[in-house]
Amino acid sequence: MIDTDAIRSDFPILERRINGRRLAFLDSAASSQKPVQVLDAMADIYRNSYANVHRGAYTLSHEATEAYEAARHKVAVFLNASSDEEIIFTRSATAAMNLFAYGWGLNNLESGDRILTSVMEHHANIVPWHIIARHTGAELRYMELTDGFRLDVEGARDRFDDRVKVVAVSGMSNVLGTMPPVDEIARLAREVGAVVLVDGAQLVPHAPVDVQTLGADFLGFSGHKMLGPTGIGVLWGRRALLESMEPAEGGGEMIRDVRLHESDWAAVPHKFEAGTPPFVEAIGLGAAVDYLSAIGMDNVLQHDRELTGYALERLAGVPGLSVQGPADTVDRGGAISFDLAGIHAHDVATILDQEGVAVRAGHHCAKPLLRSLGLTASTRASFYVYNVPAEVDALVDALDVARRIFGLDSP
Amino acid sequence: MALEDLYREVILDHYRNPRNRQGLGQANAVADGSNPLCGDEVRVELLIEGGEVTAIGVTGHGCSISQASGSMMGDAVKGRNIETIRILTGRFKGMMSIDGADDPGLDPNRPGAVLGDLEALQGVRKFPVRIKCANLPWTTLEEAIKNFVASH
Ligand SMILES: Cc1ncc(COP(=O)(O)O)c(C=O)c1O
Repeated sequence: MIDTDAIRSDFPILERRINGRRLAFLDSAASSQKPVQVLDAMADIYRNSYANVHRGAYTLSHEATEAYEAARHKVAVFLNASSDEEIIFTRSATAAMNLFAYGWGLNNLESGDRILTSVMEHHANIVPWHIIARHTGAELRYMELTDGFRLDVEGARDRFDDRVKVVAVSGMSNVLGTMPPVDEIARLAREVGAVVLVDGAQLVPHAPVDVQTLGADFLGFSGHKMLGPTGIGVLWGRRALLESMEPAEGGGEMIRDVRLHESDWAAVPHKFEAGTPPFVEAIGLGAAVDYLSAIGMDNVLQHDRELTGYALERLAGVPGLSVQGPADTVDRGGAISFDLAGIHAHDVATILDQEGVAVRAGHHCAKPLLRSLGLTASTRASFYVYNVPAEVDALVDALDVARRIFGLDSP
Repeated sequence: MALEDLYREVILDHYRNPRNRQGLGQANAVADGSNPLCGDEVRVELLIEGGEVTAIGVTGHGCSISQASGSMMGDAVKGRNIETIRILTGRFKGMMSIDGADDPGLDPNRPGAVLGDLEALQGVRKFPVRIKCANLPWTTLEEAIKNFVASH
């Protein structure tokens, strides 16, 4: 069990009132709120130890560099990576996935090769592959869903053929909450010699992740969905693969030598970190990792699951509401998308906002998934460490208000 | 409460029973509009004869505001000439701007008033994130007319 009272007191924004109501922030899957520990860690650098990293031979630059590299170490420990050098700081999960697609995909794929992904991916794990497919002539193929909103790995077995060179799959769907069996997918991928990228944008914030047992070769995620700041993300990769991978961006910081007509790359991870990195943000992410580790990721997962179970139970009592996602909490995270018959998702979100309940409405950057579900938009509530059952109650009450306004009260 | 300003009964009625919701086989001006951020989509089809919109079809999907606005727009522009529609569009968008004042000329009961039910959409202005929903059908209408003018 986690102490939500203590946790909530670390998040100043949760004190806010919205439209005269107590804020119920149920949109952490889009971006989480930040504890004072993260805000303070970043302010401390700016106030006391700020200078560019890896450059100056003076005290401030040394301190900033130490703090930046310490953040890298924290993330490496958090993921149980083999070494700090396997942690590449990027701008975001999107940038991490693009770095892999360009750095690895552009140089390892050719016409006739296949990229295997799934219909439940976020655009960040589809669109880069569209670009790479266009450049290389490789073909993009998809794993589908079962009727129960699970990834149909069994039904996609025949798609793991010798032509598949990379399998790119989400560790947890930001729409369905579904957590597919990454280990099983990785096993099938390995049988055909394919490299595995896991989009960890939702998985890493919400579940314990050990890259030694996950099965992936690469893992991308964002800091801002796990209590850290915006502008920072991570690409983890197996060292040998990172060493053979080409950089996707050139510039300062990433070189060993530059001559007039060619240059040599620095060693990993710096080879992939061209230019001044978002090091204050990385330090903020380090503080977020400390915060989550103190709670314990097993506890985070369990907390999300309990809230999800409670929410699924309460939402089942709302007339006309259907959930797009697994009906139980097994291998499922705390993102619950739903459709309310007779009211469009935007109208739901506007009415909920008037009641102080913040949810996401729209296509959730997963248009192929929504289209496959026969939807153009849905409403999504999602949970994190600071959420409490009373906020689920506020959600359900606000949905009643929405139904009343739209004249849907059943007699 | 503000929500009642937004979801007036007449808006909900247009949402539930949209007018002019049909494809026009004989249309000579067409445009598609969408709001990629939220996924609302509207298609406006017009039959323009002698400078006048003699038939209109408004189809698509989206929230109550975008769909009701499209439904009302169809009623408002049918049988009017392009110049009047331009003025009407300008007026409607003016009404939707955040700092726009309630336009007395929008009073549906005033003789010669043209906006009719559209007046009910004034409450949208208090919900800035929804203004683009109300404007979508109108922007699409402008596009359709522009396409027509360019090709005739
Ligand atoms: C599953 C998934 N992948 C990728 C992303 C992209 O994350 P970001 O926008 O932080 O790059 C998100 C978040 O929007 C996500 O939920």
